[in-house]
Amino acid sequence: MVTAAMKQVKMKTASPASSLDPYRIKQDFPVLQQQSNGRPLVYLDSANTSQKPQCVIDAINKFYAHDNANIHRGVYDLSIRATKAYENARGTIAKFVGASRPEEIIFVRGTTEAINLVAQTFVRNRVGQGDEILVTAMEHHSNIVPWQIVCQQTGAVLKVAPINDAGEIILDAYREKLTAKTKFVAMTHVSNALGTVNPIAKMIELAHEKDIPVLVDGAQAAPHIPINVSELGCDFYTVSSHKMFGPTGVGALYGRLDLLNAMPPYQGGGDMILSVTFEHTTYNEVPYKFEAGTPHIAGAIGFAAAAQYILDIGFDKLIAYEHELLDYATKSLATIPEVRMIGTAAEKVSVLSFVLDGVHPHDVGTILDQQGIAIRTGHHCAQPIMDRFDVPATIRASLAIYNTKEDIDALAASLKNVMEVFR
Amino acid sequence: MDDLQDLYQQLILDHNKSPRNLGKLEDYNRQAQGYNPLCGDKLQVFLHVEDGIVKDISFEGSGCAISTASASLMTQSVKGKTVEQARATFESFHQMLTEDSDNESDESALGKLVVFSGVCKYPARVKCATLAWHTVNAALSDSVKPVSTE
Repeated sequence: MVTAAMKQVKMKTASPASSLDPYRIKQDFPVLQQQSNGRPLVYLDSANTSQKPQCVIDAINKFYAHDNANIHRGVYDLSIRATKAYENARGTIAKFVGASRPEEIIFVRGTTEAINLVAQTFVRNRVGQGDEILVTAMEHHSNIVPWQIVCQQTGAVLKVAPINDAGEIILDAYREKLTAKTKFVAMTHVSNALGTVNPIAKMIELAHEKDIPVLVDGAQAAPHIPINVSELGCDFYTVSSHKMFGPTGVGALYGRLDLLNAMPPYQGGGDMILSVTFEHTTYNEVPYKFEAGTPHIAGAIGFAAAAQYILDIGFDKLIAYEHELLDYATKSLATIPEVRMIGTAAEKVSVLSFVLDGVHPHDVGTILDQQGIAIRTGHHCAQPIMDRFDVPATIRASLAIYNTKEDIDALAASLKNVMEVFR
Repeated sequence: MDDLQDLYQQLILDHNKSPRNLGKLEDYNRQAQGYNPLCGDKLQVFLHVEDGIVKDISFEGSGCAISTASASLMTQSVKGKTVEQARATFESFHQMLTEDSDNESDESALGKLVVFSGVCKYPARVKCATLAWHTVNAALSDSVKPVSTE
C-alpha cells in the first residue's frame, strides 16, 4: 500500500529561495544513512534527541585519541591541552548563547540538572511559606518537578500562567500572576510538545519590572533560534547539548555573574575547591565552584563542536529553511481530514503535534515505525499540556535541518496508510 | 505490511471499534484499576464473582487498539470461568507474549486470544496487550491497589 502511495509522491527539492541544502546537511549525519525496517530511515524525533553530525563525533574521537587527560590538574602538556580544549568549549558555548563572559557558563549534565541547580542553590534560599514560584502551562516535567520539590522544602506555592487554545501564553494572565508574592519565574523558551515560541523578551521585562528573577529553559530553542542572554537580560538560561546535535550527558547553565558569585555550591567534591582542611574548605571561583568532580570533558568538547556546526550553517539560513519545512508539513498534514493539530501558535518552531481521529497515537507510532519512520507518540514529558488539550497523548513530528520534504511526504503517505488500516 | 497485519488482525480491529462488555457492572463485587504510564492507558475492570465463578465482567477505560481489544477479548474469555481457570488463562496469555516458546498446548487453550500472538514481535506493545490481564488478575485477588504495567 505504501509503495503505491509513495510512487505518487513527486520528488521535491528545496526552493531556490532557501540557501540551506538539507540534502548536503543530511550527508553530515551518519546515522541517517541507514534503513529501518527495510526502508530509508525517516527521523522525525529531533525534539526528543537530535542526531549528531560527523564533526561532533570526530571532535569527541579526537579528544579521546589524542588529547585525553584530566583538566585543571596536571602540569604536563597533555593535561594542559585537555584543559585548553575544555575551556575553549566553554568560550564557544558562551558565544552561542550570547553571554559576555565564559565564567557565566557552567557545564552540567543537561537542562534538567541546570534547573535543579538553580532551584536548590538560588531559589530555595529565597522563598518561604506562602511565596510563589511562577511557571507556564506549557512546561516540560523538568521545569515543573524541581520547583515542586522547592515548594515542599520551603512551603512556597507553585503558580501556573495559562495558555490559550492555540498553545500560546496569555500575556495578560501572566502579568496578573506576577504578584508581590512571586519570587521567581521559570519558563520555557520553546514548548517541546507544542512548538510554541514564547515572547520571552516581553515576559522577562514584565518580571523584572517587579524585580523577579527569571530562568529560561532553552532546551528546545537552541537548535532552532538564536539565543542572546545579554540582550534578553534573563538571569538564568539552560541548554542541553543532545537537543542541538551534540552528545548526551552534557549541557550548560548560563547565570548572571553576580548571582552565580553569591550562590552556594551545588555539589561538593574535587575541582570546586581552592583549599580543603578538615576544619574548613574554601570554594573555588565561578564557574568551577559549580563543577564538582571530573566533568564530561569530551562531552563539553563535542557540545562546542555542535554549537559551532550550527553557527557555521548560520541561523538566517537555518530559520528560513525550517520555516519553509514547517509550512510544507503543516499544509501536508492539513490534507488528511482526520488530523487535528495540537499547538497552532503564530510563532512556532518546526514541531508538529497532532492527533488522528479514531486512532490512538501509540498505534500510529507502531505502524509508522514499520515504515521506517521514527516518531514520538505519548505525553512528551508534558502531561499537564495533554490535560489542557484533553488528549491522552499526541503524535509529534519534530523536524531539524536534516529533514527534507521527502520525509514529510513519507509521513503523510504513512498516515493515510494508518487510516486505511483503521477504516 | 504483512508484519503489521499480524499485529492489527481483523479481530483486534473489530474489538477496538466495538468493544464488548464495555461499561460498569451494576452489581460488581470485585474491581481493579490498571495503568500503563508509557502510553497513558487507563483501565478499570468490574467483576461479579459468585461461588468461585466469574458470573459477569465488564471494563471501562481508554487506550490504544491493542489494549482496548485485549480488554474486550479478555472479558469474553473470562466470563463463565472459575477463578482458577481465569488465572490459568492469564498465565498462558502472559507466557505467549513474553516467552519465546512454541508451546502449542498452551496456545490451544487460549482460543481467540492467540490473535495477540503477533504482539511479542513488538516489545514496546506487550504491555498494551497485558494491561487488561494484569488488571483482572488483581481484581480476582480482590486487590485494592491500582496495578501498573511498570
